[in-house]
Amino acid sequence: MENDKFEPRIVGFLCNWCSYRAADLAGSARIKYPPNVRVIRVMCSGRVDPGFVLKALARGADGVMVAGCHPGECHYIEQNYKAMRRFYMLKHTLVAMGLEPERIELVWASAAEGQQLAEAVDRLTNNVRRLGPLRWADNWADDPQREEALRHIVHEHEEALEVS
Amino acid sequence: MSKGKLALYWAASCGGCEIAVLGIDTHILDVAAAFDIVFWPCATDGKVRDVEKMPDGSIDLCLFNGGIRTSEQEYMAQLMRRKSKVLVAFGSCAHEGCIPGLANLYNRKVIFDTVYKEGSSTFPENPKDFRPQPSTDVPEGKLSLPIFYDTLKTLDQTVEVDYYLPGCPPEAKNIWAALVAVLEGKLPPKGSVIGVNTTVCDECPRKRNEKKIKKFHRTWEIIPDEETCLLEQGLICCGVATRAGCGALCPQVNSPCIGCHGPNEGVDDYGARLMSALASVIDSQDPAEIQRIIEEGIPDPVGTFYRFSLAASQLRRGSKRAVNGAGTVKHVAQEA
Repeated sequence: MENDKFEPRIVGFLCNWCSYRAADLAGSARIKYPPNVRVIRVMCSGRVDPGFVLKALARGADGVMVAGCHPGECHYIEQNYKAMRRFYMLKHTLVAMGLEPERIELVWASAAEGQQLAEAVDRLTNNVRRLGPLRWADNWADDPQREEALRHIVHEHEEALEVS
Repeated sequence: MSKGKLALYWAASCGGCEIAVLGIDTHILDVAAAFDIVFWPCATDGKVRDVEKMPDGSIDLCLFNGGIRTSEQEYMAQLMRRKSKVLVAFGSCAHEGCIPGLANLYNRKVIFDTVYKEGSSTFPENPKDFRPQPSTDVPEGKLSLPIFYDTLKTLDQTVEVDYYLPGCPPEAKNIWAALVAVLEGKLPPKGSVIGVNTTVCDECPRKRNEKKIKKFHRTWEIIPDEETCLLEQGLICCGVATRAGCGALCPQVNSPCIGCHGPNEGVDDYGARLMSALASVIDSQDPAEIQRIIEEGIPDPVGTFYRFSLAASQLRRGSKRAVNGAGTVKHVAQEA
């Protein structure tokens, strides 16, 4: 199986006040979780523009996690609700574009929930491992006949010029 | 003063951009006075062969409309790039892919099935299932057709582009302003969109209050009042994410902005910006209610957020693989 050797690349956007500290806690408490997630600390889950997630997927990520404080506990009062609405909007769009919904996940983890964050990373990594590599950029790879077709047009036009 | 040389070309687009050029009205006479039109297949009798014989860089300005869907269009984009000093992606198709780019949700096979098999005007007149072939042998020799790509590319995904003129089609006043800028040598830095750096909301005369929405309406569901912001009334008006320059034409006739001018300066994914803006106005903190508002109100998210810009977006197209997961996308087929 190709997927057995496949190590998913997951980009995690973790908020400064809760989820990133949860990851910190998981580290200091020596809780084991897969090393597949590349953590990017943002000040708030509400800072995560849908464009960040799209860029990650387009540039080679196999999955994306957005994590913030629990609803009602946002350091910036209610920006994690904004993150939630954006995330559902984005997921709705990505599913319509043919992305498996299991590749992106929204997680709430407080600064005390190192265990919960580690479990979420574990779950997402396993989901993505099962789905296999995303390789989104392959979707727009050039047509295999493209270069030959372009050469053919040049050749045809040169022949026509010779006749005249 | 010697006259400049002007060329216009038309690739994967509807032809509206060509008509829009004539919208500059009597200024077209000024264009004819300032430029020799060396190539404009839609309006004059020029041949590709003539362009091929011109020295490289000899055309002063080329307005290129349309995206790149076939090998022939790609060849023409390369040719016009080589022969032109200034190449302008003219109109939404060249700029962002526009409506033809929405077919990037599918692939060649699905598009051909639609046109040559399932289309109401072709079926049942194509019982033998004829399809365009890149090459066909006939007694006189081999005939060839350009190949049709799975993915429509924008002009700047194909060749280097100097400027962009947004709009579907560009408005006459903006076309004229761009031509004047070229003639006077007052062009913005290379790679710019020729136009303003603000959003449609700034040009829209409607009254804006706080935006809080419990339900998105589709345009046929309500008759909006004529003074209040359309987004506040629950219509998906794309003005918040769209570059201005049109004078807010659509909102002024009670119709929401659909985003043809594309993203404003500094935005690299139009749909992401629109999603952000719309998510912010949903008035709910309950996950189930939020999902219901989104799913009921936006049945076609790609067509709503990327109506004009799918080909230019971060993801450029729909997935070409069979979909598992929720499997809500059934139209994406694998080509044998």
